Amino acid sequence: MKILVPVKRVVDYNIRVRVKADGSGVDLANVKMSMNPFDEIAVEEAMRLKEAGVATEVIAVSCGVVACQETLRTAMAIGADRSVLVETDIELQPLAVAKLLAAVAKKEAPQLIILGKQAIDDDANQTGQMLAALLGWPQATFASKVAIGDGKATVTREVDGGLETLEISLPAVVTTDLRLNEPRYATLPNIMKAKKKPMEIVKPAELGVDVAPRLTTVSVAEPPRRSAGIKVANVAALIDKLRNEARVIA
Amino acid sequence: MSILVIAEHDNAGLKAATLNAVTAAAEIGARLGTDIHVLVAGADCGTVAEHATRIRGVTRVKVADAAHYGDQTAENLAALIVAVVDSSAGGYTHILAAATSNGKNTLPRVAALLDVAQISEIIAVVDVDTFVRPIYAGSALATVKSADAVKVITLRSTSFDAASQGGNAAIEAIPVGPDLGQAKLIGREMTRSARPELAAAKVIVAGGRGLASGENYHKLLEPLADKLGAALGASRAAVDAGFAPNDYQVGQTGKIVAPALYIAIGISGAIQHLAGMKDSRVIVAINKDPDAPIFQVADYGLVADLFQAVPELLAGL
Repeated sequence: MKILVPVKRVVDYNIRVRVKADGSGVDLANVKMSMNPFDEIAVEEAMRLKEAGVATEVIAVSCGVVACQETLRTAMAIGADRSVLVETDIELQPLAVAKLLAAVAKKEAPQLIILGKQAIDDDANQTGQMLAALLGWPQATFASKVAIGDGKATVTREVDGGLETLEISLPAVVTTDLRLNEPRYATLPNIMKAKKKPMEIVKPAELGVDVAPRLTTVSVAEPPRRSAGIKVANVAALIDKLRNEARVIA
Repeated sequence: MSILVIAEHDNAGLKAATLNAVTAAAEIGARLGTDIHVLVAGADCGTVAEHATRIRGVTRVKVADAAHYGDQTAENLAALIVAVVDSSAGGYTHILAAATSNGKNTLPRVAALLDVAQISEIIAVVDVDTFVRPIYAGSALATVKSADAVKVITLRSTSFDAASQGGNAAIEAIPVGPDLGQAKLIGREMTRSARPELAAAKVIVAGGRGLASGENYHKLLEPLADKLGAALGASRAAVDAGFAPNDYQVGQTGKIVAPALYIAIGISGAIQHLAGMKDSRVIVAINKDPDAPIFQVADYGLVADLFQAVPELLAGL
């Protein structure tokens, strides 16, 4: 079976972003970009399913600007067989991405789509669920364990209060949580090999998808800062402060 | 026109997050002069519906009671919510749910079926179509305006007060949808604890990598949590290392908390962790590294070896 793995190009996990002075957004000039960490976990999981003989082909797909090609090359360096870039300069919101991915999925007919539960830039946590809805497929979000059986997937999910395990029919959409796996590093030979793997480039219009944003960003601001606290000398001083100044303990 | 709030519950009782969602709905409703309805979808969920009628500000509680809503699977639930919106005579302007794991799982599915955007995890209502939400792990706050006819919204519970009791809403049993049979719950492993729920706790004792082992985590933090009547929390590092279960994780991708007192023990304070707890009223940090970023948000910082400081703290309380 085929697995489709959507990947997003985002500001690197280690970068602390700054809000632009004019409040129009965050400053992305000369900022290091990487693959969304949750999507790396998705690529890794797809590779493990391929190595286990469950999947026959892993296809990475990304939606966005030309530079998303780098993200797709990274996915292919980890092991994806080929990739699709839906290229556009328009700001893509989750619903638009889900529609683009649904169009790609209809063409590719995968049995499984694995993607990150959320992107660490907009923190929306929507795309996988929307994609499942548009395709009319079941979903298993926040996965910490995935097993593929006969026409179905058994997925353990991280939920409020603990874990729950769902059995869903295939085809299906799975979104990854942090503890699903630890992604491998791409090796140099694999990075070289990835350069020769096929990448198809399509435009949203060719897929018949209207990607116009539904939400307008009015402004972006710094969050209120906490005023700097104090250091206490010892435990006794800490207890005194909590009891008599902050009055949070009896 | 009305506003629809999706109840968060476990078939036996209503979860507190629903009360925060009603407050957010009321902030929008006050501007529009509209009613607030609550949808309770579950199995044998009559008690939950009864609770929901008593939330102040709610005028109607719609109940869909069927076995296939018992596990809150997103496929059946989303189809039901869309049917409720489509069949409602007056129509709904907004659909709200708390950003719990159920809310986050189901609402984007509803939004896609309605062909509208979802506005995730709002922390403030600016206007009926304009909301504030954190992005980049809370490093920035975006004010976004929706052009869609129906606004599908999840909200951060800690940013809205709980609605009070004293309401007297009418209960309406609504037709149940079909069981789509796409997903089946086959197992549940809930963390059993007599301590308060993390998301609703007044005091949280949280541990990080500095505790060095799961054994230390339990040995040092549990007595302290019990003494303070606190919930236990953990950093991602501590959960990844297996010191604590996954649902203890506080941070960007874990739980967002805002207790009256948050005690961070052996937690360095990565931005992803701070994103989950920096709205706490009083933050205490105990860490042996004086340069740990946690001290930049702590009201009271104690630079000390936690293996000495924590027992001393316990003894002194």
